[in-house]
Amino acid sequence: MAERIPRVPVREQDPKVRAHNFEEVCYGYNAEEAKLEASRCLHCKNPHCVGACPVGIDIPGFIAQVAAGDFGAAAEVIAKDSSLPAVCGRVCPQETQCEGSCILGIKFEPVAIGKLERFVADWSHANPDQAPAAAVAPRNGRKVAVIGSGPAGLACASDLAKWGYDVTIFEALHKAGGVLEYGIPEFRLPKETVLKSEIEAVTALGVKIETDVIAGRTVTIDSLMDKEGFEAVFVGTGAGLPKFMGIPGENLCGVFSANEFLTRNNLMMAFREDYLTPIHAGKKVCVVGGGNVAMDAARTALRLGAEVHIVYRRTEAELPARREEVHHAVEEGIVFDMLTNPVEVLGDEKGWVRALKCIRMELGEPDESGRRSPVPIPGSEFEIPTETVIMALGTSPNPLVAKTTAGLETTRRGCLVADENGATTREGIFAGGDAVSGAATVILAMGAGRKAAKAIDEYLKAKA
Amino acid sequence: MYQIVKKEMLTPTICRMEVEAPRLAKAAAPGQFLIVIPEEKGERIPLTISDYDADKGTVTIVTQKIGASSEEIIALEPGQGFLSVVGPLGQASEFVKMPLEELRKQHYIFIAGGVGTAPVYPQAKWLHEHGVKVDVIIGSKTKDLLIYKKEMASVCDALHICTDDGSEGFHGMVTALLEKLVGEGRGYTQAVAIGPMIMMKFTTLTCKKLGLPVVVSLNTLMVDGTGMCGACRVTVGGQTRFACVDGPEFDGYEVDFDEAMRRQGQYRTEEKEALEHHECKIGRV
Repeated sequence: MAERIPRVPVREQDPKVRAHNFEEVCYGYNAEEAKLEASRCLHCKNPHCVGACPVGIDIPGFIAQVAAGDFGAAAEVIAKDSSLPAVCGRVCPQETQCEGSCILGIKFEPVAIGKLERFVADWSHANPDQAPAAAVAPRNGRKVAVIGSGPAGLACASDLAKWGYDVTIFEALHKAGGVLEYGIPEFRLPKETVLKSEIEAVTALGVKIETDVIAGRTVTIDSLMDKEGFEAVFVGTGAGLPKFMGIPGENLCGVFSANEFLTRNNLMMAFREDYLTPIHAGKKVCVVGGGNVAMDAARTALRLGAEVHIVYRRTEAELPARREEVHHAVEEGIVFDMLTNPVEVLGDEKGWVRALKCIRMELGEPDESGRRSPVPIPGSEFEIPTETVIMALGTSPNPLVAKTTAGLETTRRGCLVADENGATTREGIFAGGDAVSGAATVILAMGAGRKAAKAIDEYLKAKA
Repeated sequence: MYQIVKKEMLTPTICRMEVEAPRLAKAAAPGQFLIVIPEEKGERIPLTISDYDADKGTVTIVTQKIGASSEEIIALEPGQGFLSVVGPLGQASEFVKMPLEELRKQHYIFIAGGVGTAPVYPQAKWLHEHGVKVDVIIGSKTKDLLIYKKEMASVCDALHICTDDGSEGFHGMVTALLEKLVGEGRGYTQAVAIGPMIMMKFTTLTCKKLGLPVVVSLNTLMVDGTGMCGACRVTVGGQTRFACVDGPEFDGYEVDFDEAMRRQGQYRTEEKEALEHHECKIGRV
């Protein structure tokens, strides 16, 4: 076989430097790098990457345009299926989706699909006059409400707006974006330069966003449907409730949920001197958990000047976080305390954390998830002195909408009950994303939002 | 922007504002609270709702100057506005959901401390308008810090004033006045205490001694106010609860006040720095 062009490496900020700032870690490709990387695509007859993409982007199609240097045309191809390419190019777990299915990856490195998507999206935000305007059908005068402006809501709203619906998104916080705004840190997803442009592209389709409106408090779904003329509602309220371990000492001062820590820093910009919201990291921080949120919290605490340990009860092989995030965290100097499980948070006489009492674990038999379950080693308790403990143990859906909307059923785990097209147990109300699946990924939420948009379109056409 | 339509200083440090927030005004109920953000770089600040007018589309908030953020609120003038006003948050007071027949057999005694007097007003008003017997104690350090005397007098059966220094009304703490009133056989069946955490703690201890059930309204730290951050967690009856969605009102007997007070002061060092930083910024102008 002829010698192949190796995967084009992407330029990144030096780990030693970036450990002290909140600027983006990855610089992304420039036009030359993108064209070279795009030339690696084999253009398979039956492209597995497309099937592995939750929103089904025509990946070989856009890559061909990148290779040809027509970035506007590439953007047009992506825009047919994704409303948030600059976000997805940065935060999707490509290694288990598109890139994980790339044929080239069997013998060589897969095409850097995520980095190419990101390049195209960033190019079109930087060149708005050359980027194609999305096709929007004439307004049909029918109103649809979307609850939550996270990935599911934005994707659902975009499709409906393109098809002519009059869409209003209701957002509980003061900024749109949901988890993209409050959860994912600036160094992975810059807010001003990336997220804001992405949301502006959605509002450019005619989607209205009303912030500071909490469904279930400020308005109810019933009041939107009965009094404000919304004919259908999409609930994309995500999974925003933090979990705690239920161990003694968890309410000591200095124990925070990752949600609180990240919301203070991301949404409320606590890392910036000129913003008033306080944040507390201290000299040493233990982050409990091994997912992307744990990595985000740990890397945020590091940037605020702390020595940071990740405390995880299994081994590095089982860490649920994206490989890239773990790799970046290690590079930056985060310490990984594996096979370690907290049993108690210990406090000082003033009620502040002084140490995390943990027990050593070993891997036993595989559990229902197929992962070997950790088992405590009796008598192996020890203390990790620390000032701050951040719990990043996962999140569950907020019950507010379900509790205030009659006929909306939830599962035992608090997720909204919805069929594969997003139809809930109540007519006219659809749902998708983490609110239905429990905490998952941005792209799966977008996929669910798009499916629901299609179902809403069909429902309203049948109703009329 | 949420425009301020009216502003008045109730004392040199306590300010009352009427703010346009039509959706919120329509949805608010006694016992609930809201969150304001003065400007883009400001904090999300939880405040109690002192009144709401669905027809005018306004809510009334009362703020006391205690730090950089409350200073930002007080600096705003009519015609200016808040970046955000969001709510209503939390559960409405239990009595809103009780059958009126049952409620009319009750005699409520509200114990209001300092700026906590403001959120007592809509509760007393609601009960008074629904024909329920209501007494109110307003307590403060000294007479110049008393607020809502006139407003409260018009929505309760008996208003009792007390000051720590004896400059007006009963000379002493709210707890002593409460004991005195109960001793006179006023026949209270339910107490509600709203004010500084320390005052709610001691009022609860007094109520326990008197065998009087007491509801308290917890003003904990918060970020989002919708159950997302958990900054507001409090131990109630041995369980961790979120004041923002499970409260803000809880059975006083069950609340771990000492923990709540410690948690409330979690960002004191950072807040002090913010205030100093803020003051030197102001000083530069």
